[in-house]
Amino acid sequence: MRSFKLIFHPEKCKGCELCRSVCPKGVIGMSKQVNPKGYHPACAEKEEACIGCQSCALMCPDGAIEIYQKEEGDQ
Amino acid sequence: MKPIFEYTKGMTDMPTHYCPCCTHGIAHRIIMEVLDEMGQLGNTIGVAPIGCSVMAHQYMNVDMCEAAHGRAPAVASGIRRVHPDKIVFTYQGDGDLASIGTAEIVHAAVRGEKFTTFFINNGIYGMTGGQMAPTTLIGQKSTTSQEGRSKELNGMPIKMSEMLSTIDGAVYVERVALDSPAHIRQAKKAVRKAFEIQQKGLGFTLIEFLSTCPTNWGLTPVKALEWVREKVMPYYPLGVMCEPKEGDEA
Repeated sequence: MRSFKLIFHPEKCKGCELCRSVCPKGVIGMSKQVNPKGYHPACAEKEEACIGCQSCALMCPDGAIEIYQKEEGDQ
Repeated sequence: MKPIFEYTKGMTDMPTHYCPCCTHGIAHRIIMEVLDEMGQLGNTIGVAPIGCSVMAHQYMNVDMCEAAHGRAPAVASGIRRVHPDKIVFTYQGDGDLASIGTAEIVHAAVRGEKFTTFFINNGIYGMTGGQMAPTTLIGQKSTTSQEGRSKELNGMPIKMSEMLSTIDGAVYVERVALDSPAHIRQAKKAVRKAFEIQQKGLGFTLIEFLSTCPTNWGLTPVKALEWVREKVMPYYPLGVMCEPKEGDEA
């Protein structure tokens, strides 16, 4: 079973929730924290459910999401 | 860990000034991703417009030039003629391209200028506060059409892609949307095809992106994408308006 690591850059995020709206697995939630721009940035709530479809990263207008595939030996 | 999606180095580190959900960010990114994949970032000259994307030259990591309102095609024509080995593109909104710059874009197409235009159609003037654009839909409210655009008063919205595709010099015109991951992948393929046709020197190429303006439409980001699917796409159908035949050469 492949697993993925989602990296969100909260300082870039504008909290538009487009990533959350297109995620087929409901992986993404909005943080309770506020970022320096004043938005609630997106974060990975259920990273283990991620299937690596990249829909969130394709939709993100601000380049706030990076996706990595975990390999053997990764934490 | 193996990267499967990283932010392209075709974009600078500067945060964009666009409103949350503005699809300018997506359009910028896919254009730069294609140039990066083609290895042409150092061989490209872009022309930025007036409008919300007036600062595009700060975000796109290629050589850029700023043009007067609507005159990006005229500037790009000059750049492409002086530098025939470079990839040249203009990036224009609907107020810039379909209103004040109509003459420039039509005659650039008529002359078959060998650059690519990216036309961002969100049906409203974003930067100046939501006035009616030539592409505003019938019934759509804006600050200068408060009861909704009427056909009697303002005419029908202009379909630039259909219009330009009737011109011989325009060899490849396609309309794409940025409302879903599937359409974004499709849009990226169209961008790549346009640049490849430009490299072959076949003629003028234009890609129209159906885009959003949640701030001036008065919708939430997710609702704005639904509006594109329900209201905008039926009037502005996606697809290839014209493309070169196989075996066409410059």
